[in-house]
Amino acid sequence: MADQPTQRGRVRPAPENFLTETEITAVKEGRRDFLRNAFITASAALTGSGIARAADGDPNILTLPPWTTSLGQPVAARPYGLPSQYEKGLQRRESPGLTRMPQVSVAFTPLQGLFGIITPSGLHFERHHQGWADIDPSKHRLMVHGTDNGFVKQPKVYTVDDILRLPPVSRMHFIECGANTGMEWGNVAVPTVQYSHGMLSCSEFTGVPLRLILEDCGIDWKKAKYVLAEGADGSSMTRTIPIEMVQSDEVLVAYGQNGEMLRPENGYPLRLVVPGVQGVSWVKWLRRIEVGDKPWATKDEAIHYIDLMPDGQHRQYTSVQECKSVITTPSGGQILLDKGFYNISGLAWSGRGKIKRVDVSTDGGINWRPARVEGPVNAKCLTRFNIDWVWDGKPAILQSRALDDTGYVQPGYGQLRAVRGTKSIYHNNAIQSWKVTESGEVSNVQVL
Amino acid sequence: MFRFSKPSLGGAIALALATLTANSALADGKYAGIGRSATRAEIHAWDIDVRPDFKGLRPGSGSVDQGQEVWEAKCASCHGSFGESNEVHTPLIGGTTKDDIKTGHVLSLVKGDAPQRSAIMKVATVSTLFDYINRAMPLTAPKSLSNDEVYALVAYLLNLAEIVPGDFVLTDKNIAEAQARMPNRNGMNTDHGMWPGATAAKGGIGNGGKPDVKNTACMSNCKTEVKVASLLPVYAETAHGNLAEQNRPVGPVRGKDTSGKAATPVAPAPLSENATASKLASDSGCMACHGVASKIVGPGYNEVAAKYKGQADAETKLVAKVKAGGQGAWGAIPMPPQGQLKDADIRSLVKWIMSGAKAQ
Repeated sequence: MADQPTQRGRVRPAPENFLTETEITAVKEGRRDFLRNAFITASAALTGSGIARAADGDPNILTLPPWTTSLGQPVAARPYGLPSQYEKGLQRRESPGLTRMPQVSVAFTPLQGLFGIITPSGLHFERHHQGWADIDPSKHRLMVHGTDNGFVKQPKVYTVDDILRLPPVSRMHFIECGANTGMEWGNVAVPTVQYSHGMLSCSEFTGVPLRLILEDCGIDWKKAKYVLAEGADGSSMTRTIPIEMVQSDEVLVAYGQNGEMLRPENGYPLRLVVPGVQGVSWVKWLRRIEVGDKPWATKDEAIHYIDLMPDGQHRQYTSVQECKSVITTPSGGQILLDKGFYNISGLAWSGRGKIKRVDVSTDGGINWRPARVEGPVNAKCLTRFNIDWVWDGKPAILQSRALDDTGYVQPGYGQLRAVRGTKSIYHNNAIQSWKVTESGEVSNVQVL
Repeated sequence: MFRFSKPSLGGAIALALATLTANSALADGKYAGIGRSATRAEIHAWDIDVRPDFKGLRPGSGSVDQGQEVWEAKCASCHGSFGESNEVHTPLIGGTTKDDIKTGHVLSLVKGDAPQRSAIMKVATVSTLFDYINRAMPLTAPKSLSNDEVYALVAYLLNLAEIVPGDFVLTDKNIAEAQARMPNRNGMNTDHGMWPGATAAKGGIGNGGKPDVKNTACMSNCKTEVKVASLLPVYAETAHGNLAEQNRPVGPVRGKDTSGKAATPVAPAPLSENATASKLASDSGCMACHGVASKIVGPGYNEVAAKYKGQADAETKLVAKVKAGGQGAWGAIPMPPQGQLKDADIRSLVKWIMSGAKAQ
């Protein structure tokens, strides 16, 4: 053969379409011995790019496939489009054993297969406290009032019609659960980036600044210190939001997500958007805003979402998601196809502002190189980074380290644990390490 | 508020007057015709939150004894008779001592020797218990408890944790006394940099964003050796399904096959009748309390099938029991009503249970 592989292939799966039509017919006719031969051929013929080739060329080129030689599907065959059937591996998934009831649980975003910074709405991570509902928007109301008279001049009720008539803004922001990477505080616990970092998504949200709505109710900005946001689901989840964030115009009453309405799992028809703050504060199915002057110590501020420190004290009202990054390709549970060129790619974000720089190490943190920061760099938004890497087939440890525009540098596990111990559950933003072995297998490790 | 009015003079005047009245407090109201005033009854219906200083708490009372009754009927099935159960949720009660009640610090949190943290070990504010039970419990029927029932349930929980005596009647007048005995009341710290609002010095929370952990952006020869502190345990790699099926079939990488089988692509078969019912039981939360072959909180499905085997009306009887809930047939812990399930689904669940609750 003209181009025998010069490097030893790390992955030798039979390529997806390595059987020709004739060969498939042969298999269907029961010639099972043929299948075995085909595997041998495919394996022997693997080249650096992983495509099987016959002596005179690639059968994928030499034999025209059915989609090139037939009439395709009609328009609107699927009125609401779906991903290719070959993409079905990339789904939201639960981590077995993490929670005990599927209604009080979390499903993780498959970061290992996503590009750019926007999370497809159907793959946005899910976290519900008492199940989700698909709310009839004509029956949904948003109520705004004060703890006492005087916080707002006029308590008001808004329909979804009302909210959609107000002047909107559209902004891209990440949302990360405070417990993202929480299983890894003490030691490595999960195999892939989906489970280690997948309580993270990023969307373009469209909605009305909460400031406008509060001003429409005649808020007294001098008296107001906090607002309470409450959901319409069974849990009627509540969280305290600082008035300063509302005043800054950042906090939105959102209804749009990536050009369409919010998905029911993400709070249809209304949710709060609280940029840079952990997901639990982005109250879904938002039904009520109360303006007050003291924090509420709700269940998710007093029993959960509190960070246990080594001295036995819990940190309460920890809300900001500090600067963090992770390499998504290659990442845990994956196998590199072969030696040679790769684009290391990942995501960086900061709840305090914009990503300034991302450094990548391939030797476990001894030496670092600045990565290319790609695409739009927005405040409190996912930022994609890429860097060239030629894998020489030797063991490697891949790491990324993000810096934000406040000057903060993402810490390592040793630094984080020295201050916060290992039992915090929440707000683990340590540098993630992926070990690459000589066989090309990538696995989750922790480096101090 | 008006959406449309007929283009008659009378209508226009009526609209103008109504708008004036509704927005009279808002001379600068910019968004004409958007929203309307909330009525007192509406605010009363939804404004149920209770703050740590008991703002929002509605007057009422409930005794430990009353609480125990409600607890056994509506709460024990998930949380255990003494709030100690670890079956469906982490325990509510346990891990606190009389000394903790004195100091307001839960010592086992300081020593770090508790196997897990119960709710009472963590919570500093009794208002949180009241507010959460009132808004969200029971899990399948939130907001179904009366105000006094919530008082009684909080009294019962406080008694289980030995914060109040057995003859205690919790009221809006004495709830502050209970607060003064909460075992972890001094266990919260807000001196951190992760509050995105005003600092404590300015009447807010925390230190204004000062990070507690610092790293520097060293670029070369940053250390002499790479210390790997933790590797992925083998069980964790295989506990998350076949990773080959969780990655794209094209691109620079493939998912590792962790199925333990040869990688032969097989199209997923449609779910069998048993598998459908099994999934329904799991999705509906049944499996939280019932095992297929063993008792958890409620009886195992094998026990149910054995008990009702051969009874002609078993199916009808069980459908009614699932729907309405029941108590006594399997002991004191009641099964809560499952009104949220469709009749047809209950029937297929019952059929599946009676046929042996097979997974496939």
